[in-house]
Amino acid sequence: MEMINALNVLNSFSLAEIEVGNHFYWEIGNLKIHGQVFLTSWFVIAILILASLAAIRNVQIQKAPSGIQNFMEFVLESLRDLARAQLGEKEYRPWLPFIGTLFLFIFVSNWSGALIPWKIIEIPNSELAAPTNDINTTVALALLTSIAYFYAGFSKKGLGYFANYIEPIPILLPIKILEDFTKPLSLSFRLFGNILADELVVAVLVFLVPLFVPLPLMALGLFTSAIQALVFATLAGAYIHEAIEGYDEEHE
Amino acid sequence: MDTIVASASVIAAALAVGLAAIGPGIGQGNASGQAVAGIARQPEAEGKIRGTLLLTLAFMESLTIYGLVISLVLLFANPFS
Repeated sequence: MEMINALNVLNSFSLAEIEVGNHFYWEIGNLKIHGQVFLTSWFVIAILILASLAAIRNVQIQKAPSGIQNFMEFVLESLRDLARAQLGEKEYRPWLPFIGTLFLFIFVSNWSGALIPWKIIEIPNSELAAPTNDINTTVALALLTSIAYFYAGFSKKGLGYFANYIEPIPILLPIKILEDFTKPLSLSFRLFGNILADELVVAVLVFLVPLFVPLPLMALGLFTSAIQALVFATLAGAYIHEAIEGYDEEHE
Repeated sequence: MDTIVASASVIAAALAVGLAAIGPGIGQGNASGQAVAGIARQPEAEGKIRGTLLLTLAFMESLTIYGLVISLVLLFANPFS
């Protein structure tokens, strides 16, 4: 921490601040929450809601859709293909909203962090950035995924879901239990690490050479953050599918 | 922070990322090489191969990212300071 702060002293460019582990705390009761994450998440949620509202404002069913309606239908269809590829034709529909929301929220968060010059807006103690570069956001999303696949398993098979743990052979039981913990851990760390790494690399490069040189890396950042949103949604779908399908059905 | 703890943390952070990059590096090289061979053998499957390759590369990349998370914890949220 001190080393980075020492670097910051030299740094006259306010665009190139590197702040990790400093937060803009809000105190609500006994809770200390990270205010900057809330501000940016609300922004992302507002973008998504406004885009959906704009898309359904003048829905055309008779004619070919155009403009934003066309775009949103394209988005919806790609999400449907994603969910269908993971969950299969029969099961995908009830899980489409969950997987689609995960993808859209993560995607818009990542891109807002890269595209919107948050660092211009000054807030005390910290700086605004993508909501997904805070570990709390990604852990929340990963735990939601865990809850979702447990719910999927229980609602499909009832208590028979636990049979998954001793199939195909009971000796794998410890590994299967361990897997329930490593799944959210790896999901959250993957997303958090990728986004934070992107922002740090860009920040360090901007600190060294403020103009033009960081641009290719920013483009690479856009690309990886899109891929990470895709990976998160795909994995959520794969985990849910694993919980729904039994061992026997899968290998018929 | 202790000088010795600080220097040990910095070295450990560097080693965490560096060592974590070896395995995924080999893996990504293998995967990309196989993908190129696949495309050369069957150019019409390029789109499908590229999509799968990018997804698997992201998975391998995340292994390095785990090391990066450890090193970031050591640098910015050091539990021993």
